[in-house]
Amino acid sequence: MANEAVKIKTNRQVSLNRGKNFSSSRIFLYVGLIVLALICFIPFYMMLINATHSSYDIGAKINLLPSDQLIANYKVIMKNTPRYWYGFQNSVIISVFGTLLSAYFGSLAAYGFAKYKFRGKNILFWAVMATMMIPPQLGIIGFYQLMNAMHLISNPLALILPMAANANLVFFVRGYIEGAISNSLIESARMDGCGEFKIFNRIVLPLITPSIATMSIFTFITSWNNFFTPLVIMQREDRYTVPIMTYMVNGFYRDQFGAVYTSLAISVVPIMIVFIFASKYIIGGLTAGAVKG
Amino acid sequence: MLKRLQIDDKYGRYGYFFIFPFFVAMLLFTAYPLVYSIYLSFTKWDGSTIAPAFIGIDNFKHLVKDHFFWDSILNTFKIWLFAVTPQMIFAIILAVVLNDKKLKGKGIFRAVYFFPALVTAVSIAGLFFQLFAWQGGTVNNLLISLGISTTDSATNFFGSIFWTRFLCSFLLWWLWFGYSMIIFMAGIKAIPEELYEAGDVDGAGWWKKFRYITLPSLRPTILYNIVTSIIGGLAIFDVPYMLTSGTGAPDYSAQTISMYLYSQTFQANNYGYGASIGVGLCILTTIFVIIAFKFINRDVSID
Repeated sequence: MANEAVKIKTNRQVSLNRGKNFSSSRIFLYVGLIVLALICFIPFYMMLINATHSSYDIGAKINLLPSDQLIANYKVIMKNTPRYWYGFQNSVIISVFGTLLSAYFGSLAAYGFAKYKFRGKNILFWAVMATMMIPPQLGIIGFYQLMNAMHLISNPLALILPMAANANLVFFVRGYIEGAISNSLIESARMDGCGEFKIFNRIVLPLITPSIATMSIFTFITSWNNFFTPLVIMQREDRYTVPIMTYMVNGFYRDQFGAVYTSLAISVVPIMIVFIFASKYIIGGLTAGAVKG
Repeated sequence: MLKRLQIDDKYGRYGYFFIFPFFVAMLLFTAYPLVYSIYLSFTKWDGSTIAPAFIGIDNFKHLVKDHFFWDSILNTFKIWLFAVTPQMIFAIILAVVLNDKKLKGKGIFRAVYFFPALVTAVSIAGLFFQLFAWQGGTVNNLLISLGISTTDSATNFFGSIFWTRFLCSFLLWWLWFGYSMIIFMAGIKAIPEELYEAGDVDGAGWWKKFRYITLPSLRPTILYNIVTSIIGGLAIFDVPYMLTSGTGAPDYSAQTISMYLYSQTFQANNYGYGASIGVGLCILTTIFVIIAFKFINRDVSID
């Protein structure tokens, strides 16, 4: 109670202090925040606006309002890169199946680390954590040769299968399991004669779905945005992913500004739509993971 | 304690079954390629069917004399430093400002600042490449219409060493400061309110509270942010590759370590030499991470 009173009192003092210099510092603060928000937003706005203009308009003047050349620009993309939508198809296949694989294998491992006591557990867990520190560039040559030996060059499996080892997900979901799944729940399932894997699949998995879903958003986005590994592995045009297509379109017809902006917009708009609907969920998931870390 | 967290020992062996599939994938797709890459760094190989020839440390002897390698390290470091410094400063200031309960619209600010971190870096780099294009680029058009430059004196941003590096750094800052901000906000939320109340009682102003409560309490978060930015930052590829159309132009001034690795390995077919560049990158990353740990984890004396 006494604490409460102190808190209220200090809060009031703080707000009184703030009230005094509202006019200058507050306005200054808001102006700064808004300018920064504009710096973040204007490139996207210019991208969307320029996507609807002809190459001539983009080259000759500043465009602030949309025009009617979107379809024409799109036709240029289709004419020069008829396989453009293959990129989306490949990216969707890789990101969806990779995310599912990483979610299931990752939560299996997370459960194993959270709820069982076995020899070498700590060392094995540190080994998993260590892989989080390795950027993909380090092992890329060995990875390329491995895929070559497995005849998986230009095969989406080369990008899907490695996602089974997603250390971030193991770390995050393990923490969630330790908090959300009580040992007595598992023990009572055992009493009823339920096998260990059945316990996981039927009881644990449904309970930990929220944490898996949160992590899977990041798995999906990371996979979708990945450029380096697909650039090395996907060597046939019909197997390119969206970032490689974007790179190619940017390089192929540089004077076709309108078409390039349209292709950039096509690659970014899906992420914008997802973010508009799920931003609170995404940011919330990130902070929950960060606090645990 | 252990008993509360973990189930009876006789079930312990099932743990191996649960982690088994994960470890198969990890050993095959992460550990093996890494070890194999290290092995290749001691060989000469063009990637053909003829087996790699073991040549000892010749690749590394060559590497330490290769000015392209040292230049790529320097380029990477410059681009990284001028991106990460403003990134951390903006992130920490914004995290403090946006944790203010009275601020209006902070949900929107937070979302707008964070959004670039989710967008494909390649698309953003492609966008900036177009916006800053020499002839017909939107930025140059703007400068011309404002009377700052003319059609003849328009800046060729990607023909200039300074501007190419500057735009790489700017873009990396632009992409990541919101992400670091979110991590700092989580760190600040975890600081006990009592510390600030004690500060109020002692009559500490906002700067004193920031300097003696917020910053020291955030040390693990700062370390986390710095270490992830070192690991990601020294391996940067997407942004400089896209802004220079894969060439590192002008004059290889924006060729990063990863780009040099890529061009040596997959374009010049020097698999062994490319692998030694990868080992160099690995050593460099480790050194930087150790420095960060030493520097940030040292005891901060309160005077």
